Amino acid sequence: MSELLETPLHDLHVRLGAKMVPFAGYSMPVQYPLGVMKEHVHTREKAGLFDVSHMGQVKVSGAGAAQALERLIPVDIIGLGVDRQRYGMFTNDQGGIMDDLMLANRGDHIFVVVNAACKGADIAHMKTHLEPEVTVTEITDRALLALQGPASEAVLSALDPKAAEMTFMDVATLSLNGFECWVSRSGYTGEDGYEISVPNIDAEALALALLEHNDVEAIGLGARDSLRLEGGLCLYGHDIDTSTTPVEGALTWAIQKVRRTGGARAGGFPGTDVIAAQMEQGAPRKRVGLLPEGRAPMREGVELFATPEAKTSIGTITSGGFGPTVGGPVAMGLISTDHSAIGTTIYGELRGKRLPLTITKLPFTPANFKR
Amino acid sequence: MKYTEEHEWLRVEDDGVVIGITEHATEQLGDIVFVELPEVGTTVTKDDEIVVIESVKAASDILAPIDGEIIEVNEALGENPALANEDAIGAGWFVKIEPSDASQMDDYMDEAGYKKFIA
Repeated sequence: MSELLETPLHDLHVRLGAKMVPFAGYSMPVQYPLGVMKEHVHTREKAGLFDVSHMGQVKVSGAGAAQALERLIPVDIIGLGVDRQRYGMFTNDQGGIMDDLMLANRGDHIFVVVNAACKGADIAHMKTHLEPEVTVTEITDRALLALQGPASEAVLSALDPKAAEMTFMDVATLSLNGFECWVSRSGYTGEDGYEISVPNIDAEALALALLEHNDVEAIGLGARDSLRLEGGLCLYGHDIDTSTTPVEGALTWAIQKVRRTGGARAGGFPGTDVIAAQMEQGAPRKRVGLLPEGRAPMREGVELFATPEAKTSIGTITSGGFGPTVGGPVAMGLISTDHSAIGTTIYGELRGKRLPLTITKLPFTPANFKR
Repeated sequence: MKYTEEHEWLRVEDDGVVIGITEHATEQLGDIVFVELPEVGTTVTKDDEIVVIESVKAASDILAPIDGEIIEVNEALGENPALANEDAIGAGWFVKIEPSDASQMDDYMDEAGYKKFIA
């Protein structure tokens, strides 16, 4: 096995008593002594600090950066205002999702944050298709922290009052603890909060300054997963991957009108034909929220059936587990569109038994963003 | 008390053997959110899956450490699975088995042996 990479906060995680696990080639904290359940609840009630430095941070610069990225991403990037952020994805020629990502217009460049497991491929993909017309630069001298939860604004604005002026999906350069940080008011927990790109050498000092606050606890990947699942947010490689299109992934909201059929800049991204056709006629399957009726969690891989007796599966659970805020099991799955109406009861096969689940609107916990 | 390498504990009472998992095991599993118990009256053979535990992380099976009949299950775990975390060797017990061959217990570790095993 090859050596695991470490983030600039690795030593701090170990000092805080984290249980470290391999994740996307990195040694990452899955939980701290508080435990997954309490870490989850703390984030929803106060604020949690996450190390997401394993994710890829990329600068795309040059006069035509937004136009160029629109050739790979089915999102309105030209229309993204300065200091604003937006969700998107790279698609392949079959319309499948190569990765999902965040795009921020930072004035003289587009700042892209991509998943750790895909970052090498994403950067190569951008360089191959976009250079030399624009410059694609991986940022390796910065860590990425996420501060999430209702107390985040009070915590961060104590370090720089400008943090309080930002609203959901705004980006700004803040001075936190004297360090130049690139901050967005976003995250991946369904809570209000911020993502903070901070120079590697300042990352631990900033993390300690944030953790000093009574309302802030360090939170591991375990709770990050249950928080995003309750928030109805996709995990790349599980809920969506190269075999799912944005339509199947229930992500058409991320494709603005201007990029859809009839829009001024319709299509022009890989897989346009497949995605445009599915947006008109529907896709054969769709990502939905699933609420198991009993207490037993149903996890990734559980097969789904229309009835307790049906021979043929109608889909599969793609993410599932216990939702501490919901107080019971929650899941998401890809199922045949014919069976995907909200309120439909379907059955998951767990340890040889067919147990009922209800197709449920996402998110499971209401989003708590500052609009 | 006796202990297995699967981190189960066995406590002999007048009418049967009470079985649970150790604190060491619950610490490794993390927060337990669901416990599926067998039916009272089930006859079990050593190494049969008798209990399913779901923690926030994963599902794990508890295997019968001895042959016998399930004579009691801890219904309280259905309502409050966290009991297994809070009081692993007390209120967090899983099942009581009436052993058909009590000598199977002899194979297992005593407390000192188990402590050495997990050290």
